[in-house]
Parts: sequence; C-alpha cells; structure tokens
Amino acid sequence: MLKEIDIILDEHEGAAREDLIPILQEIQENQGYISENAIVKVGDYLNLPTSKIYGVATFYNQFRFEPKGKHHIQVCRGTACHVLGSSTVLDQLEKHLKTKADQTTRDGMFSIEVVACIGACGLAPVICVDGEFYAKVTSDSIKEIVETYRNKID
Amino acid sequence: MNLNILVNNQPLTAEKGQTILEVLNKNGIKVPTLCHIKDMLPSGACRICLVEQRKTGKLVPSCSQPVEEGMDIITNSPKVNEARKTIIELLLSNHPDDCLYCSRNLNCELQTLSNNYHVRERQVRGVKNNHHLDLSSASIVRDPAKCILCGRCVRVCEETMGISAIDFINRGSNSVVGPAFNKGLNTSSCVNCGQCIVVCPTGALTEKSHIPELLEALNDPKKIVIVQHAPSISVSLAEEFGMETGKDINGIMNAALRKIGFDRVFDTSFSADLTIMEESAELIHRIVNGGVLPMITSCCPGWVKFAEEFYPEFLPHLSTCKSPQQMLGAIIKTHYATTTGINSEDIFSVSIMPCTAKKFEGQRAEMTSKGISNIDAVLTTRELAELIKLYEIDLHNIEPELADSPLGLRSSAGKLFASTGGVMEAAIRTAHYKLTGKELVKFKINEIRGTHGIKEATIKIGDLDLNVAVTSGLQNAKDLLAQVKEGRMDLHFIEIMACPGGCIGGGGQPINSDENALKARMKSIYSIDERESIKVSHKNPEIIDLYNEFLGKPLEEMSHHLLHTTYEERDVLK
Ligand code: SF4
Ligand code: SF4
Ligand code: FES
Repeated sequence: MLKEIDIILDEHEGAAREDLIPILQEIQENQGYISENAIVKVGDYLNLPTSKIYGVATFYNQFRFEPKGKHHIQVCRGTACHVLGSSTVLDQLEKHLKTKADQTTRDGMFSIEVVACIGACGLAPVICVDGEFYAKVTSDSIKEIVETYRNKID
Repeated sequence: MNLNILVNNQPLTAEKGQTILEVLNKNGIKVPTLCHIKDMLPSGACRICLVEQRKTGKLVPSCSQPVEEGMDIITNSPKVNEARKTIIELLLSNHPDDCLYCSRNLNCELQTLSNNYHVRERQVRGVKNNHHLDLSSASIVRDPAKCILCGRCVRVCEETMGISAIDFINRGSNSVVGPAFNKGLNTSSCVNCGQCIVVCPTGALTEKSHIPELLEALNDPKKIVIVQHAPSISVSLAEEFGMETGKDINGIMNAALRKIGFDRVFDTSFSADLTIMEESAELIHRIVNGGVLPMITSCCPGWVKFAEEFYPEFLPHLSTCKSPQQMLGAIIKTHYATTTGINSEDIFSVSIMPCTAKKFEGQRAEMTSKGISNIDAVLTTRELAELIKLYEIDLHNIEPELADSPLGLRSSAGKLFASTGGVMEAAIRTAHYKLTGKELVKFKINEIRGTHGIKEATIKIGDLDLNVAVTSGLQNAKDLLAQVKEGRMDLHFIEIMACPGGCIGGGGQPINSDENALKARMKSIYSIDERESIKVSHKNPEIIDLYNEFLGKPLEEMSHHLLHTTYEERDVLK
C-alpha cells in the first residue's frame, strides 16, 4: 500500500509546492483516501509541514482522510436534489449510520460522500451506492436501501 | 518620496510604500485590528481595520492598503463604525459568550471591541461550533470554540518560530485552527513556547494552569512550599499591576510571595550562576579536548524540544547542562532537603517562569529522580499575577524583602539570563576568568546585546579568539544553524532562545507585550548589571559555598549526576 505513495512521489521528481494538489489527487485515486502516513511522506518530499498539507487538503471537499467503507454511498447535493430535500436525506443517513459525510462507519461497512451533482437531476433526490443509482429517495426509503447492502452476501 | 493625504480632514504626510494603518498609527490615530501583526505582511482576513475613502465612499482595509497621493480618508465615519460593528457581531455570532468564566476576561480584544462598538445584544445567531478543548499539551490549552480565526497564532508559529505546528483546517463555517489531522497539540511539533498565546486576541489559547495544585499544596500543612523566580519575572510583573513597564520589583515580589504563604523564596538567577559554572567549564573542556563544537546552550526548553525534533544531528552540540530551573529543582530536593532536615517528599517545589515550555520541561522524564519530579508546579508571570490578585495583595503598599539564603543570592551575570545574549555574556565572563585567571577588563559585550535576531562577536581570551553567536526566535535559529550545516566552522559557542528577545519576551509574559515593553525590560536588566558589584557568577559567595560544601568541582561526579542531562530525538508530526 505505502509503496504506491513512494512510486507516485518518484514520478513527481523535482516537484514543488504547486504540485501539492495534483499529488494528493493521485494518492487519493490510488489509495481511496489520504492517510496520515501519506501526508507525512508528502511533507517530507515537498518539505512542507504536515499541518499545512492537512490544512490545504481539508480546504477542498474532494479529499477524504479515512478509507472508504465496504459500501460507498454518494449523496447528491446538487441544486435539484437540494430543492427536493437532499439535506434531510443526508441528515437521516448520517443519523442512521452514526457517521458523518466524508467519514466511514466504525465497522468499516459504509462510507458517505457528498457529491456536487451526479448529473441525474431528473431522479432527484438521488443517491448512488457502489455505483448503483437510487431515485427519489426519502428519509425512510434510504434506511431500507442501506440495510439491503448491509445484509448483502458477496 | 513623500505623499500628502487627508485623514479626518487633517493633512498628513506619508511615505510611499507605507500602508494606511502605518501612517495612522504613526500619527496617533487608532484603528482596531485583529488579523494584523506588526512587521508581518498583512493578511487582510478580518476587515475590522476598515476605513472610508471619502470621495468614493468605499471601505478599504487599512492594514493592507498602501497610501496614495491625495487620499482622503475618514477613520470613524458612521459607515465605518457600522461596518466594524457588523463584523464584531458576526464574530460573536458563534462565540461561547462565557466571558465571566474566561481566563481572558477584561483582557480580551474581542470583548474590548464589542464594548467599544456598543454591541449590546446578539444580532446574528450562528450555530455554535462544538469544538473540543485540547488539553493534550503539557503547556498549552486550546479552546477552538473561542477562536475567531484571526490567524495570528498560525503566522507567529510559522514565521517567528519556523515551526508550523498549527494551521487552518477545513473551510467556511467548519474552519478551525489546529495541528495536523486536528489531533492533540501533543502529537505535533509544537515546542510549547507560548508565542501563540501572547498574540491570541481571545481566550482560545491559554497556558495550562498549575494554580489549582499549588493552592492545594499551600493549604496542606504538611507541605513545605518552596518557590523560585526566574531572572525576568521581576522586570515584567509590574506591568500586570499598572506600574511602569520594565520596573524591577524584585523585593516587592519576594515579599508578596511570602505573604501568599510560600515557605522559602529562592531566586532562579542563583542557579543561573550555577549553570554558568557548569556550562563555562563544559565549553572550556570541549575546546581544550577537541570536543564537539560549536557548543549550543540548553537552558531554553523550547529550543531543546525543537532540536530534538528538527535537528537531532545537533544534539551532541547541546550543552549537557540542565536549565537553571531544573538545577535549582534538583538542589532543593537533595542537598537543601538534607542540610535543613526536611523530608524531600514533603517539599512542593514551584517555579515562576516567563515561559510555558518550562511546564513541559518540568515534566520531562529526565527531570525526575526515583519517580519524583524536581519541580512540582510551574507558573507563568501571568499566573503569578493571578495569584497575587487572588490573595488580594497590594503591591503598591508592601515593603521589599530579600530572597532566602542560601539559594537566593545571585550575581548580576545570573540576572542577565533574562535577555537574549545574557547567558553568553555571563558564560564569557566566567570562562575568561577560568582560562586566564583574570577578570575581563570590560564586562559588557555590546555586540551581543539588544533585540537583533542574530548577533555575533569575537572575544579575546588569552590566546584564544572565541567566536560566539546569539540568536532568538526559532526562525532565526534555523537560519543560523543552516550556516553551520553548510560548513561554517568558526563558531565555538551559540546561544539559542526560542522566544524573540529571550525570556523577557517569553510566552508566559503579560499578554500583548509590544516591542517597547521588551526594550524596557531589557534596559532594566542591563541597568541592574551596571549598578551591582558582583558581576560574575564565580564570585557569588553562595555558589562558592555550594561547591565547597557539596558539589566539589564543576563537571565532577556530583555535578554531573545532579546538574546535567541527556537529550533524545523525538518523533512527532512535523
Ligand atoms: S506554543 Fe509555540 S510552537 Fe506551539 S503552537 Fe504555539 S507558537 Fe507554535
Ligand atoms: S487561536 Fe487565537 S490567535 Fe489563533 S486564530 Fe484563533 S483567535 Fe486568532
Ligand atoms: S486587521 Fe486589517 S484586515 Fe484584519
């Protein structure tokens, strides 16, 4: 796992501060998230304090700092979804799973990601679990959807 | 080039390149600021410093806007005042509002602003953030709920100290200032200097108070409570009581400490003299025997932790001498206890320090023997002021007293420790005597006095040209160490203090001390040295006695065991 960070950094030979974001993006793409270890390594490499890197990384919504859960739930917060109540849906989901957006449940089963617009506005409010779309979700239906994944045998 | 501007209808001249704020301050016109730090680049984050351009009616931040020819500015128009008030209301919208219970009550910039701008009711109701108190550090308490995100701490930690232990995390209403991964400060590279505390406008950053355990000890009849006060306290405490800045109130402080109930009052300047005996011997030993050079001072616990984190390769350069606080702590619980027949377990040893890092130092594993710490509580100058107020002692109406003896008499060299360059000057005086058998003709070494970030001098000691450098503010130390790393070979001895100006500018000193306060304290220290007759550590009679009766010679077995220490590389989130 850590090997890959080294490889990514090697590919950025001579990198400077400006390359921080692209490097973080690549790491996230490879590892699914930005680990503490990754930040320490990037800091060593770019000669930047970890506090700075964490600061920059948390400024942008795109980065997550925990590994994704076994099932990854994306909640659309685009305008159409918002108008049709996606914030209540997100609230309910967070409550139900006892975790927060951009975080992962303790048992590692679910992670939630808030996305700007999935591009399925006709189906609003929409969520997407492991790549599968669910249209016109409600506070109630979302619990059912999540539970079917919990019990899924792969 | 001079520019002509109008401020509140008054013509003023300004220099090109100055900001509006600089011109206003120079002319005695006040404008509130929050994010601004003097002599640092403006960040323009808070907008509280807005002024109005009369012609356009535009509001501009005065801290970042350069003056232009013909500018016509109003600093207190209704529009300006309204805008400032709105900013304050927004800052208050998610503030905890527990001023009465806050350690910065009556000494808070946000409180003063809301009072000055007549904020009398809550206009904006924001969601209170539920950030947690961070009590993980031995020295610093962070209460992010009280943070107004001005960023001063972030900048001081990065620019003055060269550390960047903390930064902004997240954005918008979720923003918070904290260490990487929003973990406890104890996991970070923070060196506990407290410079962030002294710039924080609110109660978001404070020292970890040791007053509760002290009160318990003072109220315990079985405990012998012994206090020592650091060289710089007597010249900075006065400010907390509205007395003249820099005024030396050493005797009054001794008297106040006795009134509070301390059983013995000792002077850390005494053990500064002790440090000099050991450190000058160590320097000579290194020079004569080809030891690791340059030797670097080790009395500043902020610098020591910094070295352990960022410069482990320099650890062999650090003097093995404990700091004066820890030397006296060790002597009190050993020799002093035995000779006075006190059971060392009954002693509660307190030190008053200008410094928050001393709290951390007191808890280091190296500073305990058989599981008992040599120092039980460390109070900052500010905490001492709190204590004096708690005991309702009127400093204006008590007679000065001397410290207890032994362990209370000092030379003026020991007192010099308060200021950047002081350890060096004191060490040179004694090293000169030890090497040549003669005193220096001129004790005062001007090149290493004053507030400059890096100072250097060459001192002739017999045949030896001793090359020394003195630096304060860890960013300056970084610059100096970079020279050594790159192969600079001429230096024999370096003094490093974490805080700008040395201990007189420490993170435990009164809040919002400015450059003038620093200079006044420094002047006071120098005039003590000017005035007094025992100007060298090796002539302190109590030091001579201590070696004769107990320690033997510097660096010998007993000294080595009690007064010297070791360092260890530290793995933290850098
Ligand atoms: S105490 Fe010093 S090192 Fe620690 S966060 Fe504050 S300024 Fe930075
Ligand atoms: S902790 Fe204090 S100095 Fe730092 S950003 Fe917050 S209010 Fe400003
Ligand atoms: S003080 Fe000028 S913008 Fe903050």
